[in-house]
Amino acid sequence: MKKAIFLLLPFAGLLWVPLYNRHDPVLFGFPFFYWYQFAWVPVTSALIWMAWKMDRQS
Amino acid sequence: MNTSIVPDNAAISVFVLCFVATIVLGSTVRLWRPLLNRRKAATRHTEGEEWGLGGREFGAWVTWFLVGGDFYTAYTVIAVPALVYSTGGFGFFALPYTIIVYPFIFAVMPRLWTIARDGGHATAADIVRARFGSRTLELAVALSGLVAVLPYIALQLIGIRTVIEALGFTGMLPLLIAFVSLAAYTWLGGLHAPALTAFIKDVMIYIAVLAAVILVPIHLGGYGAMFHSAAGHLPDVPDGHIVAQGQVVPYATLALSSAFAAFLYPHTLTGILAARSADTIRQNAVFLPAYTIVLGLIALLGLMAHAAGIVTTSSSQVVPQLFLAIFPSWFAGFCFAAIAVGALVPASVMAIGAANLIMHNILPHRSESVTGSRLAGFGVKVGALGCVIFLNARFAIDLQLLGGVIILQTFPALIMGLLPLRLPAPALVAGWVIGSVAGLGLCWIDGLKPVHPVAFAGFSASVSTGLLALGINIAVTLTLGAVIRLALGASPSTLRPGSIRR
Repeated sequence: MKKAIFLLLPFAGLLWVPLYNRHDPVLFGFPFFYWYQFAWVPVTSALIWMAWKMDRQS
Repeated sequence: MNTSIVPDNAAISVFVLCFVATIVLGSTVRLWRPLLNRRKAATRHTEGEEWGLGGREFGAWVTWFLVGGDFYTAYTVIAVPALVYSTGGFGFFALPYTIIVYPFIFAVMPRLWTIARDGGHATAADIVRARFGSRTLELAVALSGLVAVLPYIALQLIGIRTVIEALGFTGMLPLLIAFVSLAAYTWLGGLHAPALTAFIKDVMIYIAVLAAVILVPIHLGGYGAMFHSAAGHLPDVPDGHIVAQGQVVPYATLALSSAFAAFLYPHTLTGILAARSADTIRQNAVFLPAYTIVLGLIALLGLMAHAAGIVTTSSSQVVPQLFLAIFPSWFAGFCFAAIAVGALVPASVMAIGAANLIMHNILPHRSESVTGSRLAGFGVKVGALGCVIFLNARFAIDLQLLGGVIILQTFPALIMGLLPLRLPAPALVAGWVIGSVAGLGLCWIDGLKPVHPVAFAGFSASVSTGLLALGINIAVTLTLGAVIRLALGASPSTLRPGSIRR
């Protein structure tokens, strides 16, 4: 169950566009819209990695 | 092209050298590979297995390069920046697409790999035929794969053509060079050619992209200044938003439909099925997102082009023109070779995947002849050439999205078929027919535009055509499936055993 939540989180975070469709706050010159989506890349990798670990334990 | 810069001979020589060297290295792989690796030379597969699936022996690294390599293509380096250049933040939907695709792969593909390995299947159509015991469904899935890959290869040909045009060639010659190099490369090399040259290609693309994302902002006064200056060239979006209100739903639905479609294609599935184990795929789902960072940075080139003052009416020329404006000409030539090879490798894997479909699933008798596969692959490339010439898409990316509309119609049979839903084959076939006709019909009416406006219960928005057609497909499949089961009194003997087994 936890595994399914890990794998569904990126869908929720990225497909609900109004959540991040804005210019501010800016980080390193990147508007929020851009750095928020970039940030999801390592987060998604980590979530999949955790799901992978759980698979191997069971 | 309004501000086109004419490159000098240095650019052309470096381009020719790098491009030709890669083609020769890749297509002669069978001659020099045994010299490097004597152990592998001992294991012999049939020639067809070797040409088509690389012997199902690729480990984590090769799979990473192969899957990543045929996933990130001219789509990434030409089509996405072109869309970003023309529409701003909207073109960035490729980023969420290439993120959410990985949890999807992780959850679904190991299961599909296991089924394929156990049954000795090489294509999606093989898997579906064994599972539902339906030759019609096999044909449907194979046809979708074949037709969907044509516009996608067309996009790669456009990518190669674009850089050759940027080198100063005009008329039909660039397209001709693109086609001939692709045909020669695939004919000679088979799947081992792309798997190994994917490595060279990735290194070249990384060098080009790293140079671009570091040097261009320095040239333009930092990322902040770059974003600010680019915004001045794009339509104003009110309320501090980046994507206009009417584009929010298209943004999300295009990302979702692209993610669902991405690994249904024969070429991407080839990369998955050629993996050594199910765990190789899971492991890859963790590390493949590294490519997504690169994709996002490349997408930003579309904005950088505005900041650098590139003005062009042919949006595909955005990246080549930016490179010519910013880099010394020899390095621009190197980057162009990276783009061309980056289009060549996946186009070759696509042609092989489609050739496998023709040989295994579409022709009435299974054939293992390598010459046959090569001829089929050549036919596929001719079809793609036809798409370049006859389909008049506003953006190159529309071709990839058109492929998505077609391939998404195999989703119910291939992916929902993994669920214990007991879907009868006739229902799946009916869903496929109606979904495909609806999707292609809408694309035709909308002039290849990938979104279609819908209004429902006071809510109106443009939704990805592929997702709409898939929705229709699933609704028909489930409804008809329920009707068939009721009509047959749900007697277990009337359902194929394959559809019940999990």
